[in-house]
Amino acid sequence: MYSADQLDASSFVEGVDRVFYIILGFSFIFLIVITVLIIVFMIKYRKSKHPKAVQIEGNTRLEIAWTIAAVILVLALFFIGWAGYKPMRNIPDDAMKITAMARMWQFNFMYENGKVTDSLVVPVGQAVELDLIALDVIHSLYIPAFRVKEDMVPGIEKNMWFRAQREGGYDIFCAEYCGLEHSFMNARVRVLSDSAFQSWYVDTTRVEISKDMLPWQAGYEILRKNGCVACHTSDGSKLVGPSYRGIYGHMAEVETGGQSREVIVDSLYIRNSIFNPNDDIVNGYNKGLMLSYEGLVSDEEIGLIIEYLRHISQ
Amino acid sequence: MTTDNTARAEPSFFEYKKHKGILAWILSTDHKRIGLLYLYSIMTFFIVGAILGLLMKLELIAPGKTIMEAKTYNGVFTLHGIIMIFLIVIPGLPAVFGNFMLPILIGAKDVAFPRLNLLSWYIYIFGAIVVLMSQFMSGGPPDTGWTFYAPYSFKTTTNMLPAVLGAFILGFSSILTGLNFIVTIHRMRAPGMTWLKMPLFPWALYGTAWIQLLATPIIGITLLMTVGERLFNIGFFDPALGGDPILYQHLFWIYSHPAVYVMILPAMGVISEILPTFAQKTIFGYKAIIFSTIAIAFVGYFVWGHHMFTSGMSGTALYVFSILTFLVAIPSGIKVFNWVSTIYKGSINLKTPFYWAVSFIFVFMIGGLTGLVLGALATNVHVHDTHFVVAHFHFIVFGGVGFAFMGAIHYWFPKMYGRMYDETWANMGWLIFFIGFLTLYLPMFYLGIAGMPRRYFDYLPQFHGGNIISSFGAIIMITGLLIIITNLVRSARMGPISTERNPWNGKTLEWTVESPPSLENFEEIPVIEKGPYEYE
Repeated sequence: MYSADQLDASSFVEGVDRVFYIILGFSFIFLIVITVLIIVFMIKYRKSKHPKAVQIEGNTRLEIAWTIAAVILVLALFFIGWAGYKPMRNIPDDAMKITAMARMWQFNFMYENGKVTDSLVVPVGQAVELDLIALDVIHSLYIPAFRVKEDMVPGIEKNMWFRAQREGGYDIFCAEYCGLEHSFMNARVRVLSDSAFQSWYVDTTRVEISKDMLPWQAGYEILRKNGCVACHTSDGSKLVGPSYRGIYGHMAEVETGGQSREVIVDSLYIRNSIFNPNDDIVNGYNKGLMLSYEGLVSDEEIGLIIEYLRHISQ
Repeated sequence: MTTDNTARAEPSFFEYKKHKGILAWILSTDHKRIGLLYLYSIMTFFIVGAILGLLMKLELIAPGKTIMEAKTYNGVFTLHGIIMIFLIVIPGLPAVFGNFMLPILIGAKDVAFPRLNLLSWYIYIFGAIVVLMSQFMSGGPPDTGWTFYAPYSFKTTTNMLPAVLGAFILGFSSILTGLNFIVTIHRMRAPGMTWLKMPLFPWALYGTAWIQLLATPIIGITLLMTVGERLFNIGFFDPALGGDPILYQHLFWIYSHPAVYVMILPAMGVISEILPTFAQKTIFGYKAIIFSTIAIAFVGYFVWGHHMFTSGMSGTALYVFSILTFLVAIPSGIKVFNWVSTIYKGSINLKTPFYWAVSFIFVFMIGGLTGLVLGALATNVHVHDTHFVVAHFHFIVFGGVGFAFMGAIHYWFPKMYGRMYDETWANMGWLIFFIGFLTLYLPMFYLGIAGMPRRYFDYLPQFHGGNIISSFGAIIMITGLLIIITNLVRSARMGPISTERNPWNGKTLEWTVESPPSLENFEEIPVIEKGPYEYE
């Protein structure tokens, strides 16, 4: 159903595609037979060829026969669909647990050793259980190549699982409409060999920063990895949140607990805005859209982010 | 409107005016005038909805921003959905052709409650105004999608309240029409017209009316709960207030799924009227068609869960909803067999309404068969919330209701206006529309299977090819639509006069009255002795 080189991307592909082929195959035959009948009747029994209609009120035997045939057929198709779905709900006990977290408009993946990433990295051949958490609205984690999808519902604990069977990179989409940047809320699954996964996994630096990066470049890298740039631009244009350009060291008009006030944008203010984004709302923007990044961004990283803000505000 | 009434015993209903100008329309309780009021309002909204659809397809012709911003796009698909669902396909066939034809088909002078009937139209217009106000108030057009899913609908800062209130008001119009039709069908059939001598379009309207009456209050309450939550912070659905977002989906689909049958049952009824007339043959399996109508109306209440297979229902609920969904396919399949058997050995008069009817069967089959893909759990998970679903419900809702609506208007046009349309243009419009329709929606099945989610302003490069074809199809389809509408509007005003009572040699009662009908339809109420489609 997808591009040919991904036909064994996960252990579900074969079972799901079989159901696709059976139902679509049946559908094509049904559609073609009925359509051909209609066209043949239209030609054969058109008025000029067949001026007198033969009145037929019904045929009880025929009608009972096709009703029974239809019942058997749909029950068979139901059963095939059910059988293909069943394995998706039976999560193996040895599955590796990863927490998938969604917020407008970004996915994050948290591993048991504390590693947090923006793309889902998994070892090939290993069952993976995703515990699904939505922080704001409903999202849906969809990996077409794996044939899996599950809604992420705020306030409800849910999970899904899969076993990747082939090394490579695959798309993750958010399938449930979640607002302005819904169509940009996508990520990648990277399926690595066992050894490659292990060496990736033990490196718990949150954001890979190369040594030749300047601090402000590293700061931008952190913003990008955390999906901040989906809502905050660097060129002064307005999205859902205020732009980064020209704010650091300047005054901003904010609303704090219903009161308007002026604040100076300094390190303390930036840090508080990342950890408690709804404390101070810049005039012209809305409350409640951004959620706290506490635990996702370290103090050290905030230092680098501030370097970046300082850099583009000079 | 002038008609040749030298040969008429009674003047046509167009001639009967208690008031002048537009007042003759908006103060009339004549079911025919109300039917036409609905026709003109619905066509106007339909043109708006179709233009919004075209704008969406133009945006998607290339990845990235093409003609509008993401925010605009989200507003456009929301308004497109609200207009098409709540203002067009739900009232659609019952309000237009039900109003105009139901009393005539059962041999009555009007519906049971003519003033309530006019009130339904006023409520409809009021609801439409409230919905459209959401576009112009501060805050901006709503961007929630027509489904208003919680909790996003509580987070958005756009005007979702007027849209929700509008949908709530429109529900009352639907309930009153349903109630009116139920009473009309029970109490006002002509002498001798037993239940099993009633034509199939009234039967379909009867099944529909019960759904309107029983299911619509559920969406009313749900939408009111939403308003209460948004205005007074009562936590029904938003988890931040202790509510349950899945509860919203259940309540929403308990109505909105049966609403699909509110749309499709009258469409099936129209097809069951057109085919016997143009095959000059009695309908095959009259009782089976009635039975399947009732079965669809009944089982249709219990399949709403198939909209929620990935939302996290229990395993048992999934299996039950899946099996019920497959069961509801059976009566639809039976109808297809009956229709095809009806044209077998007929004497087929190849006219425009017949082309619409057979192409209805074709698109309805594609819609129904892809419904099996969605009803099966394994495949549903993959294509849920993708373009596959968009293609599927456009084949059912737009293909089903749209093609039946076009069939109905070309079928009853000479009766309604006493004039005939240009047949060559009508056939050409049909062909272009049909080709455009398939080119527009068939690639969406492919896109969905390839993994493109719905409600996407932008997409990855691998989805470009399918989107180009689809957008191209939209342009073809709109061309066909323009031809059809121009031809009909022009012919209603100055087409050749056709006051013949029975231009197609139909057997149902509307073909025994004058074209256009007189105010009270019948000179004398007929006494029914035969079944509705007896050609011998």
